[in-house]
Amino acid sequence: MIRLLLPLLLLALPVSAEEQVVAALSQNQISITTDFDGSELFIYGAVKREAPAPEGALDVIVQVIGPSRPVIVRKKQRRFGIWVNGAGVQVDAAPSFFAIATNRPFREVISYTEDQRYQVGLDYAVRLIDDVADGRYPEEYRRAAIRLKRDSGLYIELPGGVKITEETLFQTRIRLPAQLVEGDYRARVLLLRNGQVLDSHETGIDVRKVGLERLIYTMAHEQAALYGLLSIAVALAAGWLASAFFRFLFP
Amino acid sequence: MNIYLPIAEVSVNAFLLMGLGGGVGLLSGLFGVGGGFLMTPLLILIGIPPAVAVATEANQIVASSFSGVLAHWRRRTVDFKMGLVLLAGGLVGSAIGVQIFSLLRQLGQVELLVSLCYVVFLGVVGALMMVESLGALLRTKRGAPPKRRQHSWMQGMPLRMRFRQSKLYISAIPPFLIGMSVGVLAAIMGVGGGFIMVPAMIYLLGMATTVVVGTSLFQIMFVTGATTLLHAIYNNTVDAVLAVLLLVGGVIGTQIGVRLGPRLRAEQLRILLAGLVLVVCAKLAWDLVRVPEELFTLGGGGGH
Repeated sequence: MIRLLLPLLLLALPVSAEEQVVAALSQNQISITTDFDGSELFIYGAVKREAPAPEGALDVIVQVIGPSRPVIVRKKQRRFGIWVNGAGVQVDAAPSFFAIATNRPFREVISYTEDQRYQVGLDYAVRLIDDVADGRYPEEYRRAAIRLKRDSGLYIELPGGVKITEETLFQTRIRLPAQLVEGDYRARVLLLRNGQVLDSHETGIDVRKVGLERLIYTMAHEQAALYGLLSIAVALAAGWLASAFFRFLFP
Repeated sequence: MNIYLPIAEVSVNAFLLMGLGGGVGLLSGLFGVGGGFLMTPLLILIGIPPAVAVATEANQIVASSFSGVLAHWRRRTVDFKMGLVLLAGGLVGSAIGVQIFSLLRQLGQVELLVSLCYVVFLGVVGALMMVESLGALLRTKRGAPPKRRQHSWMQGMPLRMRFRQSKLYISAIPPFLIGMSVGVLAAIMGVGGGFIMVPAMIYLLGMATTVVVGTSLFQIMFVTGATTLLHAIYNNTVDAVLAVLLLVGGVIGTQIGVRLGPRLRAEQLRILLAGLVLVVCAKLAWDLVRVPEELFTLGGGGGH
């Protein structure tokens, strides 16, 4: 009996593999030009399945995550009646941009274990690597980092931002802000059922400065002295031009 | 019209920046201050990272002060000899100031020092100027003759020089020392130091007021030029696009200010500057003592 059932069980186990996600982005390359004023990403896809859809609601999480950089969080303290910045706590990894869109509220879509396993939520993106064991409550600082980034529009949560049609097609729009930093971004689509991740799909997005932006940035970093001298020369030229122009206008 | 700034990595409205540049340039031309003490906080307020704001602002001041110096030069209201003595002191002072700055940065209290410096110096300078110019205004209204200051202690020192345009025949040591102290403060506070220099020239040296503005701008131009270069080389924080937007407005504002200056009366001009300085001082002092809405701030990571 068991011998008969075992192959059936084995067939039944990778049920998740029967539903796969196929996704695409409206653009994989974002060029930061001088008139760059933010951009909108359209992320869409479909669920590929061999058999009829199983029980339970289908959920989709779409994430766009920017390059991670350490940030220093400082807390003001009152000393001698004035507010002074205290010593900072370094949050070792904080993405420059983080957007997460779901079809229902995040906590209803994914279980805590799956969240941790796939490192989905903001809590896994913004981390303190070293445990600061000197009683300065680093967790408070980490939460502050998340809050400040959220307030400045760099961390976006869109519960209900993903539209699912007929348990098969899904789509979402994520607005990238104007203060986008260049680097390698990644977009990830997670397919879930009953809080369990069935499949995921990841693509890179290349965010680059181009043209004049690229030229200035490269020069400022690679030929710093020349760049500084040129900046002064431009300033002097502008000062002279204005002076000459006004003398011409009002002799 | 929004423009993405390559070094600051934010997108800001171009017309807003030109307007800011114009406003601060106007003050530059009127009062002989670089305007850094106003512009730097304003830039930070609109979302430019502080390091970029300080460095780029220095670059913009080069433009507006050069534009102002040219206008004053044509009117022969720049005392180059005095300017060079002040500048020599200023460069020595900046070098000392940069050392103090890095020492305090190691101690981790540089921000507090900068804020306190601003509040103390803006407060003292603003209050002194306000009292003095109000007094002068009252005296002229009553018709009493303005009293001439005596500078016997300056004449008693060695290295006497004749500063013809400043109408002074004094030792070169006091202006050198004043230039040096302003240089120290300028390096710590990240400004050209005009708002300290101008009152020092009027009240401490007793220079003829007509040449104060032009001479101050002459000095500021070199100090901010050196600052721009140092920031560009060591911090890569000069944003050329931001600087151009600011200085387009700035140089125009300066020219208007220079032309407007002689039409206003000197006392009124000083009352205006004193009022402005006191307002900025009050704002900074208030920020230090009031309970902040957000206790946390974000700073760049790594070795910044």
